[in-house]
Amino acid sequence: MAAKTIISRPVYGTLSPQPGKHHLFVADAEGALAIIDMAGKAPAGFFDGAEIVFIAAPDGKHIAALEALKPAQLHLPPSFASLLPRLRQTLTNAHMGLRLYLSGTEGLIGQAMQVALEAGIDHTSMQTEHRGSLARRMQCVHCKGITENVTTQPATCAHCGLLLLVRDHYSRRLAAFQGVCINAEDRSEIPPMEEVFR
Amino acid sequence: MGITFRKETFRDDYTFRNSPEHIRRFPFPFNEDSYMYAVNIEPHVVGPKGSVLENLIDVDEHYVAEMQDRALVLAEDPLRCQSLPHMTLAGWDLLELLMEQQALGYPEHFTLTRDGDRWRWINRPLGIDDTFTFGDTSTLPYGPMEYITRQSQGDFCILDQRDGNLWMDAGMVTTQADWSLDFDIGMNFFEWHAPVPLAHEKGIFIRALKFLTNIQQGKPARRLNWTMTINPRLDTSPENYHKWGPDRATVTPENVGDKVHLRVELQSFWRLPRSNGIVFPIRCYLIKMDELVTQPKWARRLHRVIRDLPEELATYKGLTRYRPTLVEWLSKLDDGSPTSPGFGPD
Repeated sequence: MAAKTIISRPVYGTLSPQPGKHHLFVADAEGALAIIDMAGKAPAGFFDGAEIVFIAAPDGKHIAALEALKPAQLHLPPSFASLLPRLRQTLTNAHMGLRLYLSGTEGLIGQAMQVALEAGIDHTSMQTEHRGSLARRMQCVHCKGITENVTTQPATCAHCGLLLLVRDHYSRRLAAFQGVCINAEDRSEIPPMEEVFR
Repeated sequence: MGITFRKETFRDDYTFRNSPEHIRRFPFPFNEDSYMYAVNIEPHVVGPKGSVLENLIDVDEHYVAEMQDRALVLAEDPLRCQSLPHMTLAGWDLLELLMEQQALGYPEHFTLTRDGDRWRWINRPLGIDDTFTFGDTSTLPYGPMEYITRQSQGDFCILDQRDGNLWMDAGMVTTQADWSLDFDIGMNFFEWHAPVPLAHEKGIFIRALKFLTNIQQGKPARRLNWTMTINPRLDTSPENYHKWGPDRATVTPENVGDKVHLRVELQSFWRLPRSNGIVFPIRCYLIKMDELVTQPKWARRLHRVIRDLPEELATYKGLTRYRPTLVEWLSKLDDGSPTSPGFGPD
């Protein structure tokens, strides 16, 4: 689990069944395990009103276990980008009583939350659980480009190429951590790059 | 008589200077020989004639040049001015406040005439004479917040108050001390202050939020904040840090007096009447060391403050690289004699 550092850095919990008519799960990779663990605590018939959206790893791991929960709908998009239009429509058309559960990597939780925020859902009403990689989604404050799956500190911006300090400062609206040039004052200073977000 | 507006720049050839009168009125932020965070908030009431508090919204000799610099920043990066959709009414509140205050304080430069919702605004220094319908955005060339803050010195953050918190939901931020509106917009009071060291542990932000959420209409408050900037650059944004950051490595014993600037923010807090939001103007004043040390008390005190500043604060304020050079230079102006109480020069 990620350590709590500064106040803007998201804090994740453990998924737990909420009262509600409809339950929408969005998960990737190891996030499936958070759903499976929660299922043990869910009342009978809970998944009859549930849709699980799962972005699986290439090996298809955890798909069978999610099928076994017998959700009303199991959707398996190939990537978050391909899920986006559908997720937007689902959340825009959602009625009161829909509960949202996000689990998996920070990038997935953050981006799904971003879409939900745009649909007017308060972030404190969403259930979140972080599982798997600590890789970060980072916005370069200079060129505004987003670099996905950042695992090193510092990290190179995939767009403008500046060497960036990956801060803990996080924007829910952008679903990204902030990256700021680490050697702006003297480019010849190149701190060693360490793999810290794994 | 009115203000004589200077022709000057805050970039490239950096011709910004303070006149002798403006040096004397500089809002020196230290009332003792050391500095630590405090909730240093006080009522924003009119102060002595000739001070920056003579009017609650201060207009000074740098007005025209600052507005030109803002226009350059916005042309390069329009995201420095953003307003979330629910903040338009607060933008009108701000437009009213700034037009009223500028016309009140500087009638020779600004005139506001109202006939019901039909308003006429004359801004002589910038050559503007516009008639518009208050509340109808289509009658202005920009949204109300952008329109008036292109004509007002300082950055402006408009905070929405809900759930017992303040949310940074709109702003015009082109002269900031290294924080990004584009990144922080939509955050609450604790979140956008998250990177500030030491102050959270001291409970500063909890007390400050309690104070701010209780601000009443017609009873604004203020505080001073400070940092230092190399060259009189208004746009020290994180967006452009890779462009201005190298300046910090250019300070030498020979150029300290010209290059190193004390940067003071006069922050004020006002309740807005229609939206119940809070507007938070952050007015930036710059003074180069050569100008500042013309007041011997300020030279002695600044030496002691910078010398004794806790390392974490020095790092946060970005002074690390040139602090030794600056302290050495200032030390020659500090004979060790006591300084008089209060902020002002002797």
